[in-house]
Formats: sequence, C-alpha cells, structure tokens
Amino acid sequence: MRIIIVGAGKVGLALTQHLSGENQVTVIDQNPQLIDNIINIHDVMGVCGNGASYEVQKEAEADKAELLIATTSSDETNIVACLVAKKLGVQHTIARIRNPEYEKQLRFMREELGLSMSINPEKATAREIARVLRFPNAMKLESFSKGRLELVEYRLPEKSALHGMQLADLYRNIRVRVLICAVARKGETIIPSGDFVLQAGDKIYLTSSPAQLEQFFRHLGVFRGRASSVMIVGASKMCYYLAQELLEMGMSVKIIDRDEQRCIRMGEQLPRALVIVGDGTDSELLHEEGIGQTDAFVALTGMDEANILMAMSASRLAGDCKVVAKINRRSLLELVAAESMIDSVVSAGSVTAELILQYVRAMQNATGSQIKTLHRIVDETVEALEFGVTTPAPYIGVPLKDLKLKSGILLAGIVRQNGQIIIPSGDDVLNLHDDVIVVTKDTSLRDIGDILQ
Amino acid sequence: MIAYIIGRILLTEAALLVLPLLVALLYGESPVPFLVPILLLALCGGAMGRKRPKSTALYARDGLAVVALAWICMSLFGALPFVLSGDIPNYVDAFFETVSGFTTTGSSILTEIEPLSRGGLFWRSFTHWVGGMGVLVFVMAILPMNDGHGMHLMRAEVPGPTVGKLVSRMSDTAKILYGIYLAMTVVEIVLLLAGGMPLYDAAIHAFGTAGTGGFSCRNLSVGAYDSVYFDVVIGVFMLLFGVNFNLYYFLLIRRFRDVLHSEELRTYLLIVAASVLAIAVNISHLYQSFAASLRYAFFQVSSIITTTGYATADFNAWPAFSKAILVILMFVGACAGSTGGGMKVARIVILAKTSVCDMRKMLHPNAVATVRFEGKPIGEKNIRSVHLFLTVYLIVFTLSCLLLSLEEMDLVTTFTAVAACMNNIGPGLEVVGPMGNFAAFSPWAKVLLSFDMLVGRLEIFPMLLLFAPSIWKRKLTVKRSGGF
Repeated sequence: MRIIIVGAGKVGLALTQHLSGENQVTVIDQNPQLIDNIINIHDVMGVCGNGASYEVQKEAEADKAELLIATTSSDETNIVACLVAKKLGVQHTIARIRNPEYEKQLRFMREELGLSMSINPEKATAREIARVLRFPNAMKLESFSKGRLELVEYRLPEKSALHGMQLADLYRNIRVRVLICAVARKGETIIPSGDFVLQAGDKIYLTSSPAQLEQFFRHLGVFRGRASSVMIVGASKMCYYLAQELLEMGMSVKIIDRDEQRCIRMGEQLPRALVIVGDGTDSELLHEEGIGQTDAFVALTGMDEANILMAMSASRLAGDCKVVAKINRRSLLELVAAESMIDSVVSAGSVTAELILQYVRAMQNATGSQIKTLHRIVDETVEALEFGVTTPAPYIGVPLKDLKLKSGILLAGIVRQNGQIIIPSGDDVLNLHDDVIVVTKDTSLRDIGDILQ
Repeated sequence: MIAYIIGRILLTEAALLVLPLLVALLYGESPVPFLVPILLLALCGGAMGRKRPKSTALYARDGLAVVALAWICMSLFGALPFVLSGDIPNYVDAFFETVSGFTTTGSSILTEIEPLSRGGLFWRSFTHWVGGMGVLVFVMAILPMNDGHGMHLMRAEVPGPTVGKLVSRMSDTAKILYGIYLAMTVVEIVLLLAGGMPLYDAAIHAFGTAGTGGFSCRNLSVGAYDSVYFDVVIGVFMLLFGVNFNLYYFLLIRRFRDVLHSEELRTYLLIVAASVLAIAVNISHLYQSFAASLRYAFFQVSSIITTTGYATADFNAWPAFSKAILVILMFVGACAGSTGGGMKVARIVILAKTSVCDMRKMLHPNAVATVRFEGKPIGEKNIRSVHLFLTVYLIVFTLSCLLLSLEEMDLVTTFTAVAACMNNIGPGLEVVGPMGNFAAFSPWAKVLLSFDMLVGRLEIFPMLLLFAPSIWKRKLTVKRSGGF
C-alpha cells in the first residue's frame, strides 16, 4: 500500500518505523534535516516541502497513494493536507487534531470534509492514564471487546509471591482463570508455555475479564482498588481531558501548576476540580496538599525531565501512591522503563502511533474477519490483536488442539457473542461472531486465518 | 555487518563468473581459470555472508568503508582468471586490468589484445558492465536489505553531488535502474548485430559502451571495423549511457517536462556539440571531407566526455588544440547518475554558477543571491561538498602525478596517465595514447594507478577514508565484542 506521512516529528517517525516495512512510504516535511535523517534510517522516500500544498503532494505522488496521515504540529495544516489529499483522490485520510475547539466539531469534520479518522493525542493519552488509575496494579492496561476482556502489564516486585513459580502450577493453584500471554525479561520478549518459571523483576502481561483480574491480584494480596483521589501536576490540555474523565468516574482531582493564568483558565473549565498555583517539585507544597493521603500522582508538565523527577520524588514521599509520568522522548522512555521507580509511563506519541497503526492494519484487511483492536505491548515488539469472526470459515467449530497454529502465536481469549469470556484451552472452539484475542510477535497478521499454518 | 555485505558481494561475483565460464566452454577453452576463482569466492563469500548479524545498523562511514573494501576485494579475486589462464601471467598486471575493468576505466597493460582467450576477453569486458551501474546497486536489487540503511551504500557508490531514490523502496529503485541499463545494452547489441558485427564482438562492445569502460576485443579498438554505422551506433550509445539514468525513468513515467528542462542534460549536449564542431574544424585538414572529420570528431568527443575510451582515430596525432579540448573533456566527464566518470557535468555547472554568483557579490557586496540548479536553490551544504570534492580531487591528482613522475616518463604521459585513470577514461596521450598502453610502467606505478582508478570511480572519499584510523579502531572493538 502507498502511504504518505506529512510531518516527520515524533509521531511521524514512529509511524514510519512501523509502516515502512510492508508499505511504500513517502514522508513530507518542511525541515530538510528531519527528512535527511528519516531517509537515512528507513527505506522511504522523502520530500521537503509544505505537506498542505497541492504542488508538494503531487511531487510526492499523492495521487497514487491510498492513505495520507497528517501529523504536523499544526491542526490547520493537518486538516488542509487531508483536504488536498482527498481532492487528489486519496481514499483514506487521517489527521491529528489537538485543539479542543475543533474537537467539538469533529463529526462535521469527518463527514463533510471526508476525513476517515481524526486523532486527538492528548485525549487518547488521557484515556490511557484514566484506565491505569482505574486499576492501579497495572503498569498499563488495554481493553478488548468493548472492555469485556482486559490485558494488564504487571511487574513482579522483589518479594513477589510469584517468584520461582511455574506457570502450569500457577494456573492450578490460583482458582482464577487468567492467562499470562507474554513476559519481558531483561530486554527479551517471551511468549511463555506451561513450564515457564516466573522471576522477580519480570514484566508479565495477563489477560482475563476485569473481575477475574481483580480476583487474581486479591489472591496475591497486592490488590489496589481504584484511585479515589488524584493529584495532577501540569495544567495542560492533557490534564483537562484527564481531569474531566476522572471527575466523571467520581474521583477527587487536585491540579497543580506554576503558571497562574493557566490555573485560572483550568479552574474556569473544571469547576469541580481543586486548582492550586505552585511548583510541583516543591515537596513542602506536596505535603501541604496531602500527598501522603493521595492515591495517585500524575506528572503531566511539558518537560520530560521534570516529570521524571517529580514522579520519583512522589514515589519516595508516598509509598502507596500510584505514580504516572508523561514522557515523550523515546530515549528517556526506554531508560525509565528499565528502572522501576515510576509505576507507569505514558507517551502521547506511542498512543497516537498505535491508534493509527490499528486503523492501517484494519484497512489492509481482506474481507472475512476484521481487526477490531490492536495494541502493541512489550516495548512494541508484541502485538495483541482482536479479530472478529464474521464469516464462516473452515476453522470454526474445530477444537483448538486440532488446529495447527503458527509458532509464536497465543490465543489469549475468546469472547462469545453472548458476552461469555473464555480463556482458551485445547478443547475450546471458535464460533461465528466471536471476538478472538491473539498475542503474537509476528506483525503481519491480517486475518484470523493467518494464525493457521 | 560490513563482513556480511562483502560476503554477499563475493558470492555475487562468483555467480557472475559463471557467464564467462560458459563462454569459455562454448569456445572450447578450459573452464579451470574460472572454476578456481568461483570456488574460492563461494568459500570466502559463504563464510562471511552466512549469518545475518543481529544489528543491521549501517551508518554513513560504514557505507563508505563497505564500498571501498568491496571493490578492492572484487578486483583481487577478479584478477585470478587472467593469471590462471595465462592471458596475463603477472598478478600485478592482472590486478591493474581487473581494476581497470570494474572501474570502467579501460586502460590496459596488454600490448596485444586479440591473442587473449575468448573467455578471458569476455570477463574483461563483463567487468565493465558490472562496474558501470555498480555492484552494490546490483546486490540491492537482487538481495533486498529492506531495513532502510541502504541509502548510505547507494550514496557511496552512485556518482554525483547528490543521490536520490526513484521510488520509496531502495530495492525497487535498484531494480528499475538495472532494468533500464539491461534494456539499453540489449538494444545496442541488436543494432550492432544488424550492422553485421559478430555476436561475441557486439556483446563485448556493448558491455564497454554500457559501462562507459572502453575495453575492446580488437587491438585497434572500434577503429578496427572502419564502419561509419558502428561509429555512429557506438558513438550515440556512449552519449546515451552518459546521461543521468533518473531522466530515463522520468521518460518511462512520462514526466517529459522534467527531462526537457534538465539543466545538466542541456549543458552536457551543448558541450558535446561545441567540442565536436571545434575539433572537426581543427582536424579538417587531416581528412578528405568535412563529413569525415565530423565523424571522427564526434566519436572521439563522445568517447572522451563519457570517459569510455574507445578510439577510431589516433588522436595523439591530432593538432594541439584538439588534444587540449579532449584533455579538458576528460576532466569534465559525463552526467551525474550515469555510468560515466570525470568530475561530472553537474559539478561543473554548480561550480560555474556559484563562482559567477560570488563574483557578482564583489560588485554588490550587500546583494542577496541564491544559486539555482535544476530549478531548485542549492543548499550551502551541497555547494560546500562540491568545493570539497574539487579540492581533494586536485590534491590527490597532484600527488599522484608527483609520485608517477618517478617513472621518468615525459610529463604529458605522466599527466594524462593519471588523468586517464582518475577520470576512468582509458587512453591518455603520448605513451599511453589510444594506440599505446600502460605496459611500460613498473609494478608499483601500476598499483598507484589502480588506486587512482578506484578513487575516480568511487568519487574519492570511500578510498581516502580507508586511511582514517578511526574506521579501523571501531571495527576492531566491535570484533572483540563478538561479531559484526
């Protein structure tokens, strides 16, 4: 498929990395340095120019492309680029739109202007943080099948009860149906079988229904209920979306920011939140505002370094607190993920890229089944895909143990049409209208049939 | 990673040697001179290229190092058939001839070409064809390394001030380039056959034209046939192979306006036209008719500017003015992105324009002027790299002349020998003129000239950077930690 990416920034780069393997990609950006960097590292064509301009898009052969993704830092440029592309005949266009004012007219945008999809990175990331706060045990939480099945990332602490336990024993001892579908240990990714032995420090990925997952953590004695009070530092757009969602969930929200004007504006937009002018790195202020009794602390300022430091100091000041930090730069992200001082780390770039990749994969699909959800876990090396079984096929009704699956693929869950959740064993079968969740290192799956040899 | 790529290239060379092997068998000659190198290459290439390294990162300096090392290794192995068959028993001579083949220079140490074995002569000319478009480009077309770092390799091997892709995927770009290259070669062979040239000769000369190399199977080069038809066909095709291949791609996708407006193409054709006229007039007293002098002027100009090196006349006997024009054309060279050598018309145009622009600024110190090339403004970075190229080129050229003068030949020979090798032309003047050869040089001089040939074909920097200690230091530390 021919894809044009407008904007070679963080999101553009992440998309290029994942799309250039199987597609023909052209990247447009106004900065020649960025274009040079990208064509040196990835097998793509680079065009230097204004992506919203007709001339430049023609030079990039947009008229022959099937998809254009606009991820520049300007919403207006993104929208115009998509419009021009639409006129040139590009079937699918995706635009990144951040401004909450455009947010409200989104449906108009999509229908009248022909946008296939719009992405609001701040909102999407805020939603991800809210999910984690709902279930604080998790470092990261993804949901499938409209929330009926969830995938949780959990790091085994030093003195974990699971240390040294074999997976087969685990399933026998704990009367809860969960599946550990992937493990990250010291930079290596493993899709485990029954004889795999867990160690402290492992990052495990569990799938099950939300209720069963809660049971699992209760059984381990480490269950943390959903946060009821949250402290957010950094009154940004992301903070606005997050606070809105948390307030709707009934949590109490405290927002701290250094800039008085921003605080006043935030206070006007969110009357139910408590907004405080102050420096989030000041431990005195944090104590005064009761960090010790807060369930969750979220660092959302514009500076990655400040977020990391604030998160680490909050971890120290309040042992039980769930700490989340926003980090944009990939290199810092990897560094922090290796350490375990911060519970959860989010990146707007990753979230955006993932949403777009989900759309692209679904696009590339033949009819038969569709990719409903796509999440990338374990530092983007493993994919967790949700397929809907929509048409009859030879693999329906056959017990799983009789189906020859490709190696490195694990069926993490089946959600029946009636909502019943099954953690699959060899005797289970796939039925029509099921949602099937597959975990794999192979990034070329398009159709549920691809899991078979 | 470097060892891996070189291993693959050696394997490719082994595969390419099969063709001359078949030719040798066809003419009833012994296949041994080819079998032995094939086996050696397969062994070495297989050992180095067997396991794909975990880190496939290839940075700019790796690209340069790989290209330089690959070409040297290819030449070292490629010389073996000549030695083993007895065609060129001295290894240094054989190495010179092989380097001359791959770099599409066309300088020869042979005093007599025709007595060589058919297989040997075929391999000699086939090296032109492979080296013309480039061996790394060939490898990228058939063995895709689709993780994107191929840009560094392409930049190091394809000549010109800036190198770009035709389409998104590097492997597709390489395939398109080779497709056009192959098609044009075949068309030329067909046209030569139509004129009555035997198939073997047609193939040899088509290879020499396509790679703008200049090896022939006749002692008197193309002049041996004394045919106006062959002169015209080969002359025109030499010019065609000296054009930027991107323009041919544009013709294929019907972007005619880009081709017509190509500044480099127009300059190139203008220089050719002007030189042909000037020389034709200058030599008109040597030939019966003006048409004849046009014919010889056209062929020689076409041959020299594209740095091919075929000859239909002993231009060493021409008047000084014509010889001077030819020497200047040696340095100008063909278009960027073609198989020709020399400094490239694109660089000449950029140098001329920036010089005029800067001189104008002396009259109007506060004026702001941007230099445009091919319709777009040239960035500072590009201008500086062109100036760098010219400077380093002159330094290497001067040092080579100085060292070569120790051979105690006359200055014209020394100067044009270095010029012929660095610009990948083939014949120079005096002792190394079109009817002469390089046999009179001592072995170390041949090695020096081989180095110059590689410097010219790879556009200097890959070869020079082999002398930079930091390249080797990094390679050694990587080796210690367990492999490329």
